[in-house]
Formats: sequence, C-alpha cells, structure tokens
Amino acid sequence: MLDVTVSSTAPTVRAPANDEPLLVAENLGKSYGRLAACRDVSFELYSGEVLAIVGESGSGKSTLLQMLSGQLTPGTGSVSYRMRDGVTRNLAEMGEAERRFLFRTDWGFVHQDPAMGLRMAVSAGANVGERLMAVGQNHYGKIRDTATSWLERVEISADRIDDAPRTYSGGMRQRLQIARNLVTEPRLVFMDEPTGGLDVSVQARLLDMMRTLVSELGLSAIVVTHDLAVARLLSHRVMVMQGGRVIETGLTDQVLDDPREPYTQLLVSSILPA
Amino acid sequence: MYVAVKGGERAIENAHRLLAHERRGDRAVPEVSLAQISNQLGLAVDRVMTEGSLYDRELAALAIKQARGDMIEAIFLLRAFRATLPRFGSSEPVDTSQMQVRRRVSSTFKDMPGGQVLGPTFDYTHRLLDPELTGESSPEQPVMTDAEPGLMPRVTDILGRDGLIEASPAEDPEKPVGDLTRDALSFPADRDLRLQNLARGDEGYLLALGYSTQRGYGRSHPFAGEIRLGEVDVEFVAEDVGFAVPLGSITLTECQMVNQFKGSDTEAPCFTRGYGLAFGQSERKVMSMALVDRALRARELGEDIKAPAQDEEFVMSHSDNVQATGFVEHLKLPHYVDFQSELGLLRKLRKEFADANETAVALQEAAE
Amino acid sequence: MNAPTYNFAYLDEQTKRMIRRAILKAIAIPGYQVPFASREMPMPYGWGTGGVQVTAAILGPVDKLKVIDQGSDDTTNAISIRKFFEKTAGVAVTTNTNDATVIQTRHRIPEATLQAHQVLVYQVPIPEPLRFLEPRETETRRMHALGEYGLIHVKLYEDIARFGHIATAYAYPVKVNARYVMDPSPTPKFDNPKMNNSAALQLFGAGREKRIYAIPPYTSVVSLDFEDHPFEPYKHKACCALCNAEDSYLDEIVTDNKGSRMFVCSDTDYCETRQSQGHRGSENAAPYAESANA
Repeated sequence: MLDVTVSSTAPTVRAPANDEPLLVAENLGKSYGRLAACRDVSFELYSGEVLAIVGESGSGKSTLLQMLSGQLTPGTGSVSYRMRDGVTRNLAEMGEAERRFLFRTDWGFVHQDPAMGLRMAVSAGANVGERLMAVGQNHYGKIRDTATSWLERVEISADRIDDAPRTYSGGMRQRLQIARNLVTEPRLVFMDEPTGGLDVSVQARLLDMMRTLVSELGLSAIVVTHDLAVARLLSHRVMVMQGGRVIETGLTDQVLDDPREPYTQLLVSSILPA
Repeated sequence: MYVAVKGGERAIENAHRLLAHERRGDRAVPEVSLAQISNQLGLAVDRVMTEGSLYDRELAALAIKQARGDMIEAIFLLRAFRATLPRFGSSEPVDTSQMQVRRRVSSTFKDMPGGQVLGPTFDYTHRLLDPELTGESSPEQPVMTDAEPGLMPRVTDILGRDGLIEASPAEDPEKPVGDLTRDALSFPADRDLRLQNLARGDEGYLLALGYSTQRGYGRSHPFAGEIRLGEVDVEFVAEDVGFAVPLGSITLTECQMVNQFKGSDTEAPCFTRGYGLAFGQSERKVMSMALVDRALRARELGEDIKAPAQDEEFVMSHSDNVQATGFVEHLKLPHYVDFQSELGLLRKLRKEFADANETAVALQEAAE
Repeated sequence: MNAPTYNFAYLDEQTKRMIRRAILKAIAIPGYQVPFASREMPMPYGWGTGGVQVTAAILGPVDKLKVIDQGSDDTTNAISIRKFFEKTAGVAVTTNTNDATVIQTRHRIPEATLQAHQVLVYQVPIPEPLRFLEPRETETRRMHALGEYGLIHVKLYEDIARFGHIATAYAYPVKVNARYVMDPSPTPKFDNPKMNNSAALQLFGAGREKRIYAIPPYTSVVSLDFEDHPFEPYKHKACCALCNAEDSYLDEIVTDNKGSRMFVCSDTDYCETRQSQGHRGSENAAPYAESANA
C-alpha cells in the first residue's frame, strides 16, 4: 500500500495561460442498445489541470475517455477543445485528418497495456521519434538526440535506445510509452489506467515520475483509474462515476477525505482503509 | 569471350513443344476424350467450372486436358477465356426452392417434407480401393424415381416461418449486386462481394479456413441445415423482349448452414445463416464456403473479430488460387537485378561488420 | 464450342476504356494508387499482368513496343510479353530504346534518357509502399489520404540505427510531387534518380493487386531520406566487361566453377549500342582494325 499521507500533494496548478477552458464536455452520453454506458456528463478542464475519473469497472469511465479523446462518437452531447491557435473547436465538426493530427501532436494517449501504445518490434529510439517524423522532422541526428533526452527524462538508460520494447520490463515499457507521447509536447494527455498491471513498487516510481513531468511541463491530463491512490497522487480534481453517471465531483483532497455520496464513501473505505 | 545470353525465343518454343509431347504421353495409349473427362471425371469438371466462374462442361474438360490434370492451371485457362467474353447482363436470381433435387440431406431434422434423399454420394462408402475399376466396369442400373418439384421446401424456409432464423435479406433495387470482376474491390466489403469471392475461392483454402472455425478459431456453432444438389432453371430478362426468357438449366449444389446467435442489444436471439453455392456437385466446397461466410459476418453481427476466418481482408485477399499461384510461381522469373542490389548491400554490411569487429579487437588489444 | 476470337491488343474496348479512365485519374493525382477492375490475363498474375493491361490499353497500331525484363530484351518473360503483343496487336517491336514509343519493363529503367514521346510502363508486384509496415489495406489507404508517413521514416530510422545507413537496395520508396509516397516497383535504387523530372510519362500497373499509378512528365520524384543521411544512389565498383561503361547498372556473371566473376551492363540495348560505337571492355578488347571489318 502506498503511503498516501506523505505524497498526497498533487502538483500545483499553474496559472492558466488563457481564461477559456482547454476542453469542454457537454451532456456526453452513449448507449449500447438498452444499456446506457454513459449519461449526461458535463465538465470543463483548464490548462495545467489534472482530472481523475474514478469508478469500478463497468461504471462508464472508459467509454467516457474514448468519447473525450475522439475515438468514439458520442451518442449525445459534444466535446470541444481549444486548439493551439486559441480557437475552441467541436471535435465532431473536425475532419478525420485534423483529428488525427491533433491526436499525434497536441494530445497524448497512454494505454494501460503498453503494447497497445508502442511498436513492440521497433527500437525505443524510433518509438519516441515516430511522432517527430510524422510531423516532418527529417534530421536523423536531431531526432535521435531528442529521443535520447526523453529516454533520460523517463529514467531509461540511453544505451537502451536501440533495443525494442519487447526486451523491456513492464515498468520500462510504460515509461517509454509516456516518452513517446510527450515528445511533441502535447498540452493534454489522456491516461487509461496507466499503472494497471504493474507491481506496487513499480507503480510508485511511475507515479512519482508522472507527477514530476506533469508539473514540469504544465500538462493537462485526464486520468481514468479505479485506483484512488493514483487519483490522490496525480489529480487536482476527481469525478466519481457509477452506472454511467457522474455522482460526485470536486477537489481531489476534498472528495477523498470527506466523501459526500455513500458510494464514494464505500470506494474510499474499501480502497484506502484508514 | 563472354557472350550475353541469347536465344530465349527458341528456348520457349522448344519448351512448349516438349510440354505438348509430355501431355500426350505414350502414343500407344489412346488419347483421352473431352466426353470421357466430362463424364467420368465429372467432379473435377465441376470444380474447374466453379472456381473458373464459367458454366461450360466442354470447355472445362478441355482445360483439364490441356492442363494435364492440374486443376489450378485448368481454372486459370477457363478464367482467362471468361475474361474476354462480352457481357450482356445478369440472369434472374435462381430459385433453389424449385430445384429438381437429386440429393438433399439435413442434419437438423430427422424428417421433413420431401424427406432425406441420399443421391449420388461418397458418404457411407467404405474407402477401399475397388479392383473392379482397374479395367472396364459395368455397374448396375440405379433405381430412379421422379421427385416432384415444389414438394421439397428448403429447411431454412421451414425455420423461417416461425422467425427462428433470420430472414434472407430482400433484394434492393437501389443497390445492385456487386461484381468484383468488373469493379475494383475495396474494404470493408459487403456480403454480396464476399460470397462472390468465396464462390470463386480455392476449395482447399476454404476447407482449411472453415475447419479452423470448427476447431475454435472463430467458432460459430454450425449445423448443416441443408445440402441440396440438383438442376435449376436460369432465366434472363432481355430488355427488348420485356419478360424472362429461359436460358436452360444448370446443376448446382447449395448449402445452408444454421448457426447459433446469442442476440445483441437490439436483436433477439435467433439462428443465423451461412451460405454456400457452387456449380455441379461440389459439396465440400459449399459447406466450407458456408462456414467461412458465417465467420465473415462477425462485423455485421457485432461479434469479436479474432480469428483468421473472420478477417475479411485476410480471407478475401488470399482466396483466389489463380492470383496466389501466379504470385508464388513468379519467384521463378529472373530477379537477378534486385538480387544484385541485395548482394551489393550484403557485402557492404558484412564488410562494415568485419571492420567494426577489427576495430573492437584492436581497441581491446591497445587497452591491454 | 465457343471459338475464341480476340480484340486488338487482346482486351475488349470496354475494358480498355475502364483502364484508360484509371490511367487518366492516376496521371491527375501523381503517385496515388487508383483501384481498377483488373482482368484475368492469359499469363499468370505476378508475371506482368498489370503492365500488360496498361500497355494493351494505351497501345495504338502506330506504336513501337519494346519489352525488357531485368534490363534485357532477351529474357524469357520479356520475349513472351513482346510476342503476345506482336500476335494480338500486330504492332512493330524493337529492342532499341530510342526507337520505342512504349516500353514495358520489369525491374529496370533503361539507361538512355527517355524522351517526351515515350511512355514507360512498369510491372508492379506490390504497389503499396507501406504494405510490409502495415498489412491492412483499409489502414494504408487512410495513411495515404491523410499524408501520415511517419511509419515509413521509422523504417529508415531503424536501418540507420542498426546499420549506420539506409539498408534498402531496391523498391526504394519515393515521394511524388511532394504528396504521395510511392513504390517504384522492384527497380534497384540505382534507377531512382531517373524517375525524377523525366520527360516521359511513367505508368505503373499492378494486376493482381488491381492498382494503377502514374508519374506525369516533369514531376518531382524524391527518394526518401534524412537530411543528415541523404539518399545515395548505388555505385558499382566495376565497369562493364563488354562496353566499358562506368555509369550503367551491372549484372554479376559467374564465369566458372571456381567462382570467377565479371560484370556486364544489365541494359543490353545500352551495352550493344556502346559496343557498336566502338567501346570495348576487358572481355572483348579486340584490335580496332578487326572490329572495323567485322
């Protein structure tokens, strides 16, 4: 169990560069036949803010994350994003080309399973360099230098740059996936259970590193997790989901220390015993 | 002095002459006739017509003879001929419920209107080599009765009356049936194109894929609802005439697989169909085709796509044996220009490897 | 029995029109792979059916056809295709590069610079340059549509990381008109620079894969590379043993059982033309007087 009392301070929020929210979700919903996977979710995310979406499996948090990141078309409602040029755009109205470009430049997506987010048979250097090459960087030496410095930032030894991630441990793979996402300096990163499937000691190191990166880069992030310790360490705000609905939302410390809803109380007590 | 290779033209001519000689074989042995092939190797003719996509027994027999019994080569000959034929239009859909049935079996009902008709089948024969066939044979006359058409409803029609099986999709005049020999195929492909692709597909390939679904790679819980063999009429609507004109009758084998379906959020559980159809008597082909057809419907039915037989790009891109054999065998063509490039590259890489090792050894020695 | 009769250049006119439409579209969008309803041809898939269909669709009675395979007019498959068009179209054929109006090729581009009145038709086995990086057609088509070419640079990056240089010797990918990444067919990378800004129209036909693509005359064709690891055309360390050419692509010929070898031009017409002009290599360095009488 992680020592939550010691590391409970999430990174400080930087003053937003713009008063406008970075991402706005309005009345998002998605049904599969009669099953409503997600209903009526609205929130705003500001620059530099980390939002955790917590809940049990089946609560609708992964469906929500897929809609927010433009990978799943919402049944109802919309997602808007403030682009680098300052203009806020509705994702549904963007073309596929624009959306995919956004996805590999200004956004990052960290999968629970690194194999989903990495090219397992391709060297670490190329894994990190791919996004740079995709946006037109064409100098091998510079790409390699950038990749090297990113590997160092995620605590992977530079002499492993030519090894494929299939030779890496689980924790290293996850750190490599993060480096691959951050190399284009995205402003928003989506994370789907980023510490799932890792040993507790490996999780602690990864969380610590992520917290540092988020704070140093002033990243905004939306983290889906069933692990309240992850929410506590990384996020400023928490949204608790149950049965496809958001049942409680607020500042992380507030929600986790003094949960209002009985379900949240249950979650907190079962996962974070006093 | 070295002289560049010449005389390819004569070599080709001589090779073709030799091929014709080998095809004829020992001239003391009587030459096989097209009628003999068509009659006595009828199932070979059926397969060549099916995968060659041309219903012409005589041409198929000729192709088999010309190909020295190589089935894929014979299919290729028939296809290449077919590609040059002018196209007047398409026939009306054939009605297999009106088939003049010669064989009809169902594994889902013990008995049904019209009954089970075994017909000419290898089923239940003991696979013992028959010495009587080494010479001239005179088999007994079979017992024949006339079946009444219309009295043999299709098993799937019987199930359909209670809504237990999905209805066959109705004809959509807005959306004519596709033809992958006339339009370039693109993915995702609808079922009309998939079925056409499978009908032309290699029997062995479909057999292996269908078999794989039975062994758990894309399991679909199939029952052989019905397999029927017989003659159906083909009609064609000529625009000047204004009504359907009968063109004649053809022999078909049809298989309707009945498969389990658990239902989805919007669909009640019901049986689903896998369909197979081929010229002549081609039972193995139609059963395999029906299994693969059902597997390829995974996307449409909202099932997980995990197995090779469910992957339409994979299945459809590799089913055509004429394409496959061409590309595999093209490796026989000269590749020495590319090989030369690879040779140059390989020599460079090996030299770099050796140089790097030498440097490493030298450094180590220097360090010591 | 239906006695076969065939149209000029084998294909029926309807099919030719379909192919010509695809060719026109391909010329309008340089480097883009246009799907077409490839027909079964009387030679096997993979043996040049795409090139043969393109040639059949563009050939007219006044054309002069040259067919090469591996650079040579005398390889068996080149002969077979040339004879096919002699028989079905009755067109004049030639081995002389300059005389030809249509040149169908497999694996080489002629050494002689092509002219504005000429069309070069390539036989293409696998038209998709991204195929071995991403096997799915649905995905590669999307990548082309959106110009997402990071993946192919990943392959080049990996080469350099492993070998110190780009290790692709043939079918070396190019970018056409600064837009589409294209497979030049399995020509050695030695030939890549000839595609750039060529006066001749270049058409590519892939029969089995049912794709046609094109490089219109005077179009930029850039071999993919990195700024600090630029494309290097392959250079032989030898010259032709027959005509002494130093600038041509050479075949390596093993001359005896001990592994002795020599190099000769792969482009047989180029080599013969040079020899007729009096150029002599190490293998046939005959005295000038004799050769003049020969």
